[in-house]
Amino acid sequence: MSSETQTSALREYWQRGRGQANLMIGLAVTLTLVAVALVSLVWTPYTVSAIDIPGKLQPPSADHWLGTDQFGRDVLSRIMAGAVNSIAVSLVAVGIGAGIGVPLGALAAARRGLVEEVVMRFNDFTFAFPALLSAVMITALFGPGAINAIIAIGIFNIPVFARLTRAAALSLWKRDFVLAARVAGRGRTRITIDHILPNIASLLIVQMTIQFALAILAEAGLSYLGLGTQPPNPSWGKMLNEAQTLMFIAPQLAVFPGLAIMVTVLGLNLLGDGLRDLLDPRLRRLR
Amino acid sequence: MNRFLARSIQAGVVACGLIGLGALPATAAKDSITLAMPLEPPHLDPTAGAAAAIDEVVYANIFEGLTRIDSAGAVQPALAESWEVSDDGLTYTFALRSGVRFHDGTAFDSGDVKFSLDRAMAEDSTNAQKGLFESIASVETPDAETVVVTLKQPAGNLLFNLGWGDAVIVAPESVANNKTNPVGTGPFAFERWVKGDRVEMVRNGNYWGTPARLARATIKIIPDPAAATAAMLAGDIDAYANFPAPEALAQFEADPRFKVVIGSTEGETILAINNARGPLSDLRVRQALAHAVDRQAVIDGAMFGYGTPIGTHFAPHHPAYVDLTGSYPYDPDKAKALLAEAGYGDGLSLSLKLPPPSYARRGGEIIAAQLAAVGVATEISQVEWAQWLEQVFKGTDYDLTIVSHTEPMDIGIYGRETYYFNYQDADFKALMAKLNTTVEEGARYGLLAEAQEKLAADSVNVFLFQLAKHGVWNKDIVGLWENSPVQANDLTAVSWQ
Amino acid sequence: MALFLVQRLTALVITLLVASLLVFLVMEVLPGDPAAIILGVNARADTLAALRAEMGLDRPAAERYLVWLGGLVTGDLGRSYTYGVPVWELVGERIGLTLPLALMAIVLSTALAIPLGVLAAARRNKPADVGVMGFTQLGIAIPNFWFAMLLILLFAVHWQVLPAGGFAGWDAGFWPALKTLILPAVALALPQAAILARVTRSSVLETLGEDFVRTARAKGLSRRAALWRHAVRNALIPVVTIMGLQFSFLLAGTIIIENVFYLPGLGRLIFQAIAQRDLIVVKDLVILLAASVVVVNFVVDLLYAVLDPRLRGGQHVV
Repeated sequence: MSSETQTSALREYWQRGRGQANLMIGLAVTLTLVAVALVSLVWTPYTVSAIDIPGKLQPPSADHWLGTDQFGRDVLSRIMAGAVNSIAVSLVAVGIGAGIGVPLGALAAARRGLVEEVVMRFNDFTFAFPALLSAVMITALFGPGAINAIIAIGIFNIPVFARLTRAAALSLWKRDFVLAARVAGRGRTRITIDHILPNIASLLIVQMTIQFALAILAEAGLSYLGLGTQPPNPSWGKMLNEAQTLMFIAPQLAVFPGLAIMVTVLGLNLLGDGLRDLLDPRLRRLR
Repeated sequence: MNRFLARSIQAGVVACGLIGLGALPATAAKDSITLAMPLEPPHLDPTAGAAAAIDEVVYANIFEGLTRIDSAGAVQPALAESWEVSDDGLTYTFALRSGVRFHDGTAFDSGDVKFSLDRAMAEDSTNAQKGLFESIASVETPDAETVVVTLKQPAGNLLFNLGWGDAVIVAPESVANNKTNPVGTGPFAFERWVKGDRVEMVRNGNYWGTPARLARATIKIIPDPAAATAAMLAGDIDAYANFPAPEALAQFEADPRFKVVIGSTEGETILAINNARGPLSDLRVRQALAHAVDRQAVIDGAMFGYGTPIGTHFAPHHPAYVDLTGSYPYDPDKAKALLAEAGYGDGLSLSLKLPPPSYARRGGEIIAAQLAAVGVATEISQVEWAQWLEQVFKGTDYDLTIVSHTEPMDIGIYGRETYYFNYQDADFKALMAKLNTTVEEGARYGLLAEAQEKLAADSVNVFLFQLAKHGVWNKDIVGLWENSPVQANDLTAVSWQ
Repeated sequence: MALFLVQRLTALVITLLVASLLVFLVMEVLPGDPAAIILGVNARADTLAALRAEMGLDRPAAERYLVWLGGLVTGDLGRSYTYGVPVWELVGERIGLTLPLALMAIVLSTALAIPLGVLAAARRNKPADVGVMGFTQLGIAIPNFWFAMLLILLFAVHWQVLPAGGFAGWDAGFWPALKTLILPAVALALPQAAILARVTRSSVLETLGEDFVRTARAKGLSRRAALWRHAVRNALIPVVTIMGLQFSFLLAGTIIIENVFYLPGLGRLIFQAIAQRDLIVVKDLVILLAASVVVVNFVVDLLYAVLDPRLRGGQHVV
């Protein structure tokens, strides 16, 4: 593709996408989240981990828009910094999942036979364990922490991508242009790289958005159980965990971090749906 | 939202109050109690596990030992009516009570005592506190109501040790099932255990002593502070011997239906230091850590103000306590100066391992912030007890950790050959050796004072605070222990006013 | 069909065997000594050794694996280190909570999701559809443990009509026990309902567009009758599949929800067993959970083959 046709394709997508409410809302929420995360790296209303015991558990006020937590830390600052944590963990986890899952799936589709069988059995196998349970065991094994949360979430993204890639690639291998390439004597790897992967890229992008949302939920769940991000680094799930025993005296602490998670996941899901509508017009009929 | 909540709680309180008034005649005749505790015991055999929750259910209620520890921490006769100690301190002759029966009807005699003690000391014993019996050479039974215990060397604390939950008397006929169906001699007999929810006990009609005033007692397991608060407010539970969330206490204090009783425990909460680790072997660094920590902020932040500051490893309510909290006043500048002097002016990085209790998790975050202020960076990792025992306690693979040492009179741990503080000091060991063979109280107190001062001077650990016992109970209940000299909920003397 | 059955069954057994080996190995290398947890910090070395011997932990790993595996096959799950009772007894007690909870959640989510999904499909692009879809987006985005906390805040803290946590036990009476399960079941059901409603909607839409429904309409069947008699019935195939898949999500969900509400169920048991290094319980429960997921998927596959005769040729489904 020349760069000229690329730009015009992008322009066409933009023209079409502008009219899609879910895409636009999703994009706006996601961009806001990224912006908040970036801002928090250089500026937050208060120092994120600054403890002020006498000023603890304040309700929302002009000074502290979302109040303060059990150590007098500013909740808004911590939610902002928590966005960085959520994005970083989820991004790497989905990266691991796609980075390993896509080649595995493509390999299974290209080689068939025993390779495929092994890959697919491995997939079934990971599905047999509730992901959360395995994550709990991984952290028990290696100790809690953001890195292990990433690994735990990443591992369970592998079969998702492997399955999707294989299914999509299998149907492509039967298509005429691929058969033509085979007849022309191209190797399987070459064909996979030149023809298969570019054609399933949009599918993968949509799936990555959805997995990204799921990873954010998973990270929050693990941190809520005390298995994810370690203090004093702020994490939305951890904030909810700390809020639980304080629910009678400071219920607001249990509200804002959850809202942050919900809005983020909602935004990413809308973005994913929107992208699917945009990139895969065949499915539009069903929406 | 807060004000809204306060109002709705007020409304609830008024409503409950009205109901309470209507039910007044019924409460006057009340002879049962529902007491809640946060952790469920894994099983109900106090001689086969270290979990405090076991003792908190069965000690003094279902099971009794030769002696028992009362609410003031003093040794009282129990199944042994009296005892004589030989002049050389090596022979203890116990006269047992007669006519005592186990809950299953079998008679109690000296054979049961010998069985219980021999079982605890046996080679294949799985008693968590086997060390309590270390000084015992043999147990003999001249007749059914006499037990003679012979010691290898004099032990000033034998009678206290025999009052522990791990030293209760069990019967050979029922011992195999004690984990699920405990059979003892106490004022209450086990009735049933609804796993995950409650243990029920009924008054033992054949009790040898003053019978319990309550006809039945239910111990309910409520780990969730929110659920516990709700259950207290709703009147589903009558008492919570040690409320798990200090942050909720203010609400009960403001409520006339409840009594909030802040008592003492034997838990010295410390920031433990691995004295063998590089920079931490330097006294100046340990002193700097002590100066860097603001105890009061830790107590306020982690325990919502409940807890007594300590300056050494000793319980403040003990008569031999020496107040050393002034040894290292909170002084960040002094801390920085000491660190610079020790060659760590550019900062220092340490690991901080935090076990599950909230005093550790919350306290750890506050202390990490305080240490950061003097240039000591900490890497926090939250560990389960299993990991803590393995890495910190057994492997001493840590720099700092926070833990509460809840055993009574445990200053001796600083004199052990191997202990996770890695504090090796010949003078202190000599002090402990001398203490073990000293019987006279005044001399013992003098030695204990010396030991406390030594620990503070060496700044072995950063001594934080004595854990408080946060009791919340219905104002009409009398007889519950205010303090926790041992881990127990002795219901013998409990009644409704 | 027979070949299909044999293939799937063999795969099932191999999966479980590998799972058992993996779980065993993980438990072997898990740091933390079960005996040390039970006996605490004052335990002496000889006491620890005695307890390990009593629990059979002094035997070689291969022997312990085979003994465990043999026990599994014969239905003997061993004895819990922590509680000292047979694991079956523990599982029996806890399942009395987890199973009703999961069933309540499934019933609740199905009862909510299928009518909503059909409604949305029938009123495609109308306000009702937009409303339902908006609700499902929220349902998917909301973390179930946070939803649970909000439910506690409202119903237990604010209105004080339902308990904030704990389980009364079935012997406390049906209603008191059920009352303690309402909030957890709702918290579990909502996200599942959201997913299920979306699947139902698109599935119904798909079948509505298919020939046989069009034919039925052409033959004079009312829109409503065509919708219910033909479209919905055929649309249920993928819905059943998703429900099968959701079963494992539900099991995972109970782990976290039981922890939020402090419910003594299987999920909390496994969590506590890991913390207390009650390794035998962890091993047994993980295998039981894996087995139940694998078996449920197997049954769903069979159901699928029955519902859709085209798939009976031994093809790999899902």
